[in-house]
Amino acid sequence: MGLEGLELSKERRKALAVQYVVEAEGLSKSFGKLVAVDGISFRVRPGECFGILGPNGAGKTSTIRMVYGFSPMTAGSLRVFGFDITREWRAIKARIGVCQQDNNLDPDLTVQQNLEVFARYFDIAKKAARERAEELLTFISLDHRNDAKVTELSGGMMRRLVLARALINNPDLLILDEPTTGLDPQSRHQVWERLDALKSKGLSSLLTTHYMDEASRLCDRLVIIDHGRILVQGKPVDLINEYVGQNVIEVAEPSRELAAFVHAEGVRHEDLGHRLIIYGEESDKLFQAITGEYCDEGCVLRMATLEDVFLKLTGRGLRE
Amino acid sequence: MSAGASGPISKRFIRVWQRNLTVYQRLWKVTFLPPLLEPLFYLVAFGVGLSVLVGDLQYQGFTVSYVAFIAPALIAVNIMYNAFFENTYASFVRMYYQKTFDAMMATPLSLEEIMTAEIIWGATRAVMATVIMQTVISYFGLIQYPGGLLVIPLAFLGGIAFGAIALFFTGTVDAIEMFSLPIFLFITPMFLFGGTFFPLENLPLWAQKVAFIFPLTHLVHLTRAFCFNAMDYSLLWSVAYLVAFCVVFSPLAIYKMRRRLIK
Repeated sequence: MGLEGLELSKERRKALAVQYVVEAEGLSKSFGKLVAVDGISFRVRPGECFGILGPNGAGKTSTIRMVYGFSPMTAGSLRVFGFDITREWRAIKARIGVCQQDNNLDPDLTVQQNLEVFARYFDIAKKAARERAEELLTFISLDHRNDAKVTELSGGMMRRLVLARALINNPDLLILDEPTTGLDPQSRHQVWERLDALKSKGLSSLLTTHYMDEASRLCDRLVIIDHGRILVQGKPVDLINEYVGQNVIEVAEPSRELAAFVHAEGVRHEDLGHRLIIYGEESDKLFQAITGEYCDEGCVLRMATLEDVFLKLTGRGLRE
Repeated sequence: MSAGASGPISKRFIRVWQRNLTVYQRLWKVTFLPPLLEPLFYLVAFGVGLSVLVGDLQYQGFTVSYVAFIAPALIAVNIMYNAFFENTYASFVRMYYQKTFDAMMATPLSLEEIMTAEIIWGATRAVMATVIMQTVISYFGLIQYPGGLLVIPLAFLGGIAFGAIALFFTGTVDAIEMFSLPIFLFITPMFLFGGTFFPLENLPLWAQKVAFIFPLTHLVHLTRAFCFNAMDYSLLWSVAYLVAFCVVFSPLAIYKMRRRLIK
């Protein structure tokens, strides 16, 4: 996977000498009476992968749409590469790459044309655009399909092409809005591998997702938002330790005696009726006690995940 | 101050125009056939079929054949159709189904540049179709030169006028099916009553006045005068009307698209 263009030149390093790639302060977005984003503040450091997590309708997409200059903000301030988005949006947009949620590839064009035509929007010269397109097609393993119609591609291939298109201008910040939604496991891993490679080259990225495994794997730091506000902010591991502990015991169909025992012990837990979830640090003894006394099967001890944190903070109600 | 991909229109709008040209080059074998064949159909139908019934008629003091009378109007109608359909159905597909504009707005392009390019592309389609059609019609000796050459820049002006109002509709309608409304209420009446198939003077006076509201009436007036090499000062009014139409509807179209696309 050759992506020589992405090695940061001296000039680009200098351009990135800002302390933060993205600085959002009190960012808000309203649609009429609906407040989609309600005073969010966060900062993305150079070279970092920063995640915005949240249930459907939490305000993830609205937030990053403001960052890439698609939506005007209602209130707050937003600086990207140190530039003010309201005044210097063109300079900012020239240096970011965006994978939008929809696969809005150009179905009227071939795979390679999709990249070359997109390069023109950035005023990239024809020869440079062709070289860059070929390089990127190799990077996403689609070099053998350069003349294919976009509509002939699988979902995973389309997603990789969207990623390649976002890299056509050799961006300093990659913005990914749910990069793997709707993909099969193989295709997701294909996308993740590419994102790993880009990260190791020092590319900063900002992504939204509602897949917790994706966030744990890719993000250095993240925020969980709901109803347009930030609930927590931090590194995935720290958040897990802080909010749920290292381990989780899950009990299916817990008995009344067990519920009473857990209450009496005073351990952190959630009682969902048909399922009891117990959080803790040193859960081995507790687990032995529970399995010995209260249940023979349907009782599991596992590592705590970001999903536990997410569900604990945003609740288990359906979001539709 | 503006935000969210908006701002002054730079020459970068050409990039969007080029995108449409690249797509056109892929499909040109299909898209260049209608302007080539359509005038032939019309000329055969009217020239062979209808002109026997109609005979010759008077235009600006000349006696002209019916086919010669309608040939310039067919060019004007062709300009209208090309620009109007490009900036309604084709632009709507790009906007709504293909999300082409959404993708463009994540690049250094502004919405104003994208929409300007769309209108200019519609006008470009009108010019390309006109050149093909004019070549065919000239072969039958129905266009006088050099006046006829003015039809080409006129196609661009008319294309912008019809493209701008078309894009205004595109920014307004909820679904692609709704374009049948402006076609039924705006395009078809012009096609029939814009001085195309019979002289405007045949209409009652009030209807003549109404017809002068239609941009097509002015476009037909101009193409006919150019094709007959019959210049006079009344043409300036028609040019001014078309320019005014562009000046009013281009910003309106951009305004509607801005309200629709920037959330």
